[in-house]
Amino acid sequence: MKKDEVPQDPGSLEKSNYKELTYAVNEEGEYTTKLSSGWEPKTIALNNALEEIEERVAAARKAVIAGERSPIYYYMEKHKMDYSILASYVGIWKWRVKRHCKPKVFGRLSQKMLQKYADAFQIPVSELKQVE
Amino acid sequence: MEIEFTHKQSAHCENGVVSNLMRHHGIPFSEPMVFGIGSGLLFCYIPLLKVNHAPAITYRAMPGMIFKRFAKRVGITFKREKFSNPKKAQAQLDANLANSNPVGLQVGVYHLTYFPEEYRFHFNAHNLVVYGKDNDHYLISDPVMEEVTTLTSEELERVRFAKGAFAPKGQMYYPIRLPETIDLKPAILKGIKHTCRDMLAPVPYVGVKGIKTIAKLVRSWPEKKGPKRAKHYLGQIVRMQEEIGTGGGGFRYIYAAFLQEAADVVNKPEWRDMSQEMTQIGDQWRDFALQASRVYKDRSSLAAEGAYDTLATQLEAIAEKEKVFFKKLKKTLP
Repeated sequence: MKKDEVPQDPGSLEKSNYKELTYAVNEEGEYTTKLSSGWEPKTIALNNALEEIEERVAAARKAVIAGERSPIYYYMEKHKMDYSILASYVGIWKWRVKRHCKPKVFGRLSQKMLQKYADAFQIPVSELKQVE
Repeated sequence: MEIEFTHKQSAHCENGVVSNLMRHHGIPFSEPMVFGIGSGLLFCYIPLLKVNHAPAITYRAMPGMIFKRFAKRVGITFKREKFSNPKKAQAQLDANLANSNPVGLQVGVYHLTYFPEEYRFHFNAHNLVVYGKDNDHYLISDPVMEEVTTLTSEELERVRFAKGAFAPKGQMYYPIRLPETIDLKPAILKGIKHTCRDMLAPVPYVGVKGIKTIAKLVRSWPEKKGPKRAKHYLGQIVRMQEEIGTGGGGFRYIYAAFLQEAADVVNKPEWRDMSQEMTQIGDQWRDFALQASRVYKDRSSLAAEGAYDTLATQLEAIAEKEKVFFKKLKKTLP
């Protein structure tokens, strides 16, 4: 990549005014660095990935409202987690997290266990019991 | 307290922290030099593992490896500490700062408050330097950021004790023994040799063969996974390739910069030509990303007939180029 070809597309990070460092070759053929505000192919890939997450969160929300899943499932998706990541934050086995995503099991959880989940999501327990 | 520390933005966090810490201790190393000596360049597909619900592929060595190899090859001893108790982790950090010793920390990105929200995923192998403390605020030099920043002690504890894969466990590191003189030549040769070996490894998931495996998968995705997932997977490849930290073209440009610098240090003019070739390979990766983006741009429509086939062919061409390149590079070694 030549230095004057370093893309300066409006990135998805425009509002945070973030620029990243790229490596490129100057007119003399020497390597140098230049800041890039963004590159469209990358911005689209990132936006698609974020849309994908939004879809997962929306589906999780529906499932909770329909009584198929507990709110833990919704918050897990919202925090871009999967069962293993959530299990390590709560400090229990993965299969237990899976069980806790069943509304019936969730309803029987102790205050202590609920608090652990609430801490993992950084929300109060009252909020954990419902979806936004 | 604030330690005098020069923050310099880098493309990648691991090289950046090493490079910045080294400069602080009076041994300047450029980012490409750290990357090259540490054999950072790679291609690897990790089957069965999923990242963000898509195949896991990487263009670089495993987190921590660049650092480890670099230190070993130039003869610097680092002290590394892990903690199970966050309070102890903080006390040790404070003790180092009081001693005017800036330290590197491994952290998770998800709770990193100054990071753009869009980039906050559960990635736990990020690195930064702490160079001071102002009341409850730690002074942070994060190499991928343009400017220095701060984190409260609570925020810092959260990222130091992030959970999941590669959990940092409060990991802290700093050099404790620096060599009197550094002989760069053997370090550079070792670094290049290792990269050639990785890239030409006879394993279907690593290096050139890994790229060919991915090409085969790309070809099969539209039919096997359906248009929606095929696009998601394709996007993931491009994201890994062009993510913050790669310097563009899946680290290939950083490597080209390394070869150029190394050519002068070791007096091997042929590496300057190889650097140019590597730049062209980087350009080919960029072009692949551009073509791929045309396919996943429109998420709703079906993939154009043959589009995935064309992309796969493009990947195979890159694999072939890299194969020729690393064979040639290997031949330049003594």
